[in-house]
Amino acid sequence: MSTEEFSVIGKPLAKVDAWEKVVGAARYADDFFLPRMAYAKIRRSDHPHALIKRVDTTRAQALPGVYAVVTGRDFPAVKFGILPVSQDEEALCTDKVRMVGDPIAAVAAVDEETAEKAADLIDVEYEVLPPIMSVEEALAQDKVRIHEYGDGPNIHKAVAFEFGDVEEGFRQADLVREDVFFYQGNTHLPMEQHAAVAQWSPDGKLTLWSSTQTPHYVHRALAKTLQMPPAWIRVIAAPVGGGFGGKTDPFSHEIVVARLAQLTGRPVKIGLTREEVFYCHRGRHPVLMWIKTGVTKNGEILAMHCRSYVDGGAYGSYGVASLLYTGALQTVTYKVPRYKFEGVRAFTNKPPCGPKRGHGTPQPRYALECHLDKVAEQLRLDPAEMRRRIAVDEYTKTANHLTITTCGLRECIDRVVEASGWREKHRKLPYGKGVGFACSSYLTGAGLPIYWNDMPHSGAIVKVDRGGGVAILCGATEIGQGSDSVLTYVVAEQLGIDPKDIRVATADSDLTPVDLGSYSSRVTLMAGHAAAQAAERIRTLLHEAVAKKLEVAPAELVSRGGRVFVKDDPERGVSFAEAAVLGETMHGTLACTGSYTPPKRAGKFKGSGVGPSPCYSYTACVAEVSVDPDTGEVKVDRVWIAHDVGRALNPLLVEGQVEGSVYMGLGEALMEEQVFREGLHKIPSMLEYKSPTTLETPEIYTILVETVDPEGPFGAKEAGQGPLLPVPPAVANAVHDAVGARIDEVPISPEKVARALELKKQGKPARVGPERLPVFKFPEPVKVASAFGEAADPSVKRKTQG
Amino acid sequence: MMRLPPFTYLAPLSVGEAVRMMADHGPEAMFVAGGTDLYPNMKRRQFEPKVLVGLRGIRELVGVRGEATTGLVIGAGTTLTDVSEHPAVREHVPALAVAAGLVSTPPLRNMGTIGGNVCVDPRCNYYNQSYQWRRAIGFCMKKDGDICLVAPGSSRCWAVSSTDTAPVLWSLGARARLVGVGGERVVPVASLFKDDGIDYLAKARDEVLTEILLPPVDGLRCAYLKLRRRGSFDFPVLGVAVALSLDGGRVKTAKIVLGAVASQPREAVEAGALLVGERLTPALIAEVAGVAARPSKPLDNTDLTHPYRKKMTKVFVARALRRLAGLPDSPENEEEVA
Amino acid sequence: MPTKTILTLRVNGETHEVAVPVHKTLLEVLREDLGLIGTKHGCELGECGTCTVLVDGQPVLSCLALPVELGGREILTVEGMAPPGQLHPLQQAFAELGAAQCGYCTPGILLTSLALLADKREPTRDEIRQALSGNICRCTGYTKILEAVELAALRMSGTPSPSPLPQGGRG
Ligand SMILES: Cc1cc2nc3c(=O)[nH]c(=O)nc-3n(C[C@H](O)[C@H](O)[C@H](O)COP(=O)(O)OP(=O)(O)OC[C@H]3O[C@@H](n4cnc5c(N)ncnc54)[C@H](O)[C@@H]3O)c2cc1C
Ligand code: SF4
Ligand code: FES
Ligand code: FES
Repeated sequence: MSTEEFSVIGKPLAKVDAWEKVVGAARYADDFFLPRMAYAKIRRSDHPHALIKRVDTTRAQALPGVYAVVTGRDFPAVKFGILPVSQDEEALCTDKVRMVGDPIAAVAAVDEETAEKAADLIDVEYEVLPPIMSVEEALAQDKVRIHEYGDGPNIHKAVAFEFGDVEEGFRQADLVREDVFFYQGNTHLPMEQHAAVAQWSPDGKLTLWSSTQTPHYVHRALAKTLQMPPAWIRVIAAPVGGGFGGKTDPFSHEIVVARLAQLTGRPVKIGLTREEVFYCHRGRHPVLMWIKTGVTKNGEILAMHCRSYVDGGAYGSYGVASLLYTGALQTVTYKVPRYKFEGVRAFTNKPPCGPKRGHGTPQPRYALECHLDKVAEQLRLDPAEMRRRIAVDEYTKTANHLTITTCGLRECIDRVVEASGWREKHRKLPYGKGVGFACSSYLTGAGLPIYWNDMPHSGAIVKVDRGGGVAILCGATEIGQGSDSVLTYVVAEQLGIDPKDIRVATADSDLTPVDLGSYSSRVTLMAGHAAAQAAERIRTLLHEAVAKKLEVAPAELVSRGGRVFVKDDPERGVSFAEAAVLGETMHGTLACTGSYTPPKRAGKFKGSGVGPSPCYSYTACVAEVSVDPDTGEVKVDRVWIAHDVGRALNPLLVEGQVEGSVYMGLGEALMEEQVFREGLHKIPSMLEYKSPTTLETPEIYTILVETVDPEGPFGAKEAGQGPLLPVPPAVANAVHDAVGARIDEVPISPEKVARALELKKQGKPARVGPERLPVFKFPEPVKVASAFGEAADPSVKRKTQG
Repeated sequence: MMRLPPFTYLAPLSVGEAVRMMADHGPEAMFVAGGTDLYPNMKRRQFEPKVLVGLRGIRELVGVRGEATTGLVIGAGTTLTDVSEHPAVREHVPALAVAAGLVSTPPLRNMGTIGGNVCVDPRCNYYNQSYQWRRAIGFCMKKDGDICLVAPGSSRCWAVSSTDTAPVLWSLGARARLVGVGGERVVPVASLFKDDGIDYLAKARDEVLTEILLPPVDGLRCAYLKLRRRGSFDFPVLGVAVALSLDGGRVKTAKIVLGAVASQPREAVEAGALLVGERLTPALIAEVAGVAARPSKPLDNTDLTHPYRKKMTKVFVARALRRLAGLPDSPENEEEVA
Repeated sequence: MPTKTILTLRVNGETHEVAVPVHKTLLEVLREDLGLIGTKHGCELGECGTCTVLVDGQPVLSCLALPVELGGREILTVEGMAPPGQLHPLQQAFAELGAAQCGYCTPGILLTSLALLADKREPTRDEIRQALSGNICRCTGYTKILEAVELAALRMSGTPSPSPLPQGGRG
């Protein structure tokens, strides 16, 4: 792929924020120390499910050094939540707690020790209710209710869709296979524990610095819960020390410090403990899945039917979207002409689940890819070749009306097959060693906003200084993924200047245009487009002014290498700084806006809002493992991964995203699990919640495939989430290749592998996984004609940008 | 941020002074060496001593002395890094170097001492939790409560001995020097422990563990295997220490000591006895491993399930013995190597 | 409030006097009393390595170290890795190769790597893995970190370094 046409795009540059990070100068939320600052602590529930009978703060109030104590009654009686349909959280619980760790009261004090002591002195009287700790219990329980809303006693949401007649597909099939899988919940575990600092000014205005991926939603939640005009609230996202989706909801502690700052007149800081971070959660939903496909003897899918039983935890969070995502993207990787999906999300008395890297899709991906591995085995097909054959075609639609633009999946498959030596290894390595294959696809930004509106999803301002310096103002949030850098590269390329001449100011609700946030892999595409458009507009103004001076037509000019010059006569031109002066002289202050709204392509049926995206990334992965047959321990030796990123705006950053995704996928595959006992999180610590170290992380070989998608800025698609998806199933399939055991549930812990091998010795099927499904009657499916194989809308055209 | 509760810190410069300070302050006081076990526990309010007697400044506690042939002496204040990297330890008692080198992480080993490691507070995942977590579950008898949450009917605590080095020291027949107000004594490491998750050390409060005395090592072969989820950070959820001496191909002495399956290291006496006088054949090893696993009685209070830990006891003992016999790890691979 | 003790600490080659309660950890004193916010924390219990600083050149966990025990010892934080305004080759390599994503684990990892390179001029990849096995990073998958340490080692040993790009990968 030639990147020669570009000066900045495609170059392995350092991240623009790397310099302050390597010297320890970046100020994360917990690094703010303001004069007269007070420290806050939250008193949290001891019970998974209980009514709050009384909260007595007398003893806490009396403790010297305490400035203020608040309970739920000190807030307007308004609930909040990320989705308009699930406004079910309170800043502090007033009448009921739904999980251990639910916030009940809060203290601001002279220091953190005093605040903690005071929080422990708050007396809470509970009336304990029976806890519901699993999806099975939740679906069976109709007397005890966690919430008063939803599609059933403890059912947050139940959905069903059918695109084309799946039964007909099964009838035509050479092989129909059903499997059941379980994907355990796990959490983001960012290294930075959430923190927030609120400052109230005497004129009644509020500023909040927070470790958030979505300052815009925090802004809205604060306005709603504090009943304040949004204009008086300023939310600034500090550099985020890791998010992965865990800092994508507005959180109770953000609202609490704001209220405490208002009451005390002091800046108030809260830094959560690691245990509290586990209570914030919003991580991977535990999902029990059933999948049935009908295939031809070549492995072509004729029909697929998937069911998800989703354990949502105590609150809604993004849950409705998460639930739909467990079904929506099953059709984007392989050709699925007929598709049926049924899903239910139940409430349980555990920290709420939400969007973790890959939001709702790693679980069904695990099911599908392990299932296909079994199909290939049964049909005696090579799993890689079979997948290659059934990969989707570009510029088509899926059964469930999603539009695919570019698709580099076949190239990804070929590249990992080649690089890993797949053909020489699969089913050929000695006992205990194996390779596994899996593919995936993921969206590049959700096509629809979280709250219904027709405004842009991202906006940017590019401003040019008389000296030639350029400032980008954009609401996008840097969480380590490189969003500040991407904005810089895009603008530098458009204006033909050195990235060093650009400063970015991001994620400040007062100063930067709205960007919806760093989630759903949307920032590069959406904020990238907004910034590119703003820069293009600036360039037009500059070219107009320079053209006048040089007495040429604006169309004859180009901006490159820090100059604006005549394309066919490069000697004739001016420096960028001179162009800025000419531009400002002609047009006045040089600042342009840009914005981006994704194409409206959702199908015309209820529930079609989740799944559409401007374009989809594709990934193929091979994992090579060693399994110790005596202990069941699985060691991943190597991972090859090829990712279709559309275009790598900076290959170094893309590789970083891919490697980080592989890492997180391996953690989920092998050891990470959010587990509970007696109503409590069993292991809310960095030590006992197992995150892989350097010693468990294998060599990762990353291959970038470029398809230059017409929807992405310079052709770019996402890279931050998709590459996680194929990793867990690739590992599972490799374990099977190594020792012949099917572990149909993550994590693939040593005891499960050992158990499967023991079963094998006893002559039973060497499988460990869920045995049954809960009894649940899904609603009648919404029946929609399958759009499979239709050509993409004419508005989607192959075009290259530059 | 998890913070320490307030305390007074005393910094004696000699063992005598440390012992006196401890005696003066009675049950309010605790010794601290590297603090890597005690400080996290204090942050979780598992201990709330009013006085800490810091052993860091006592020079005489630091260092490895003597010769392997006559018996190495390891100061209790020697860091785990120094123990694991010490040339004589590596050469003559490799199992000890391995065990010390497998404790948690490199920075932690730069701080933690071998004395502190032997004295590590037994662990339990109902107990190594924050004050707020323990309050939510209702506290247990090891701190702030009166029942055992793992074995509710039990009158004792079953917290798990989680030291890596103690099983090895026990298997080697090491002794410990204790100095207290009442004087000085040298006891086998094997008798330093009690089978109780709370009152786990057979030592007086005011006694300092000053040094560990290794026996002369002559033709001793030893091994240590540790079961845990990750290659670093994690405590053992099973440790197997084996020390053997051979005489003309036959086992002369043998000790197998299991870690992390009870409130103290547990010697598999019967299994060790089966080895004496015999050749280390695959068949004998398999038999001995089965017998060795009998005293392994893990409960459900650590990472990995207890039936699995029990099952792995057998695998690990076999593996340790096979390594000492020069056999491949797994019987499944036997033919390939042979 | 508990009584404070006046302590003298050597941090980044400078002598500081602080008045703090003895139960404040080095992590807290560095961040809250000396304003050295470059030292981060992810657990405060010795379980993540984020808070690693060097004491007399050795990596230690500042969340479990007491300043009262560190009189006369040389403490080095990320702020002191290079003279003001300059970058240590490790910092340079980490920035160039994208070894710092969110950057939160970075100070601890840089300092641990610094200690490693002081000990071994050209460590193997396995030695780097071992040395960094006490520092969790949730962003990078460690790959770029390992490459950056190798690049810095190469540059520090004076071997002319080919290109700052990692090997392999891009095809
Ligand atoms: C994340 C983490 C992981 C860990 N992993 C492991 C592991 O894998 N394996 C393992 O074995 N340990 C592990 N530990 C526990 C501990 O860090 C080590 O055992 C370490 O060696 C303890 O030594 P220390 O000097 O820091 O002990 P300290 O914390 O100073 O003391 C521990 C106890 O011993 C007493 N004590 C210390 N020295 C003496 C002495 N000389 N005389 C009398 N009493 C004394 C103290 O009073 C205290 O009760 C881990 C700890 C953490 C935080
Ligand atoms: S074994 Fe029982 S008493 Fe002991 S710490 Fe665990 S729960 Fe508490
Ligand atoms: S903060 Fe995690 S080890 Fe110190
Ligand atoms: S760069 Fe984010 S944790 Fe390492």
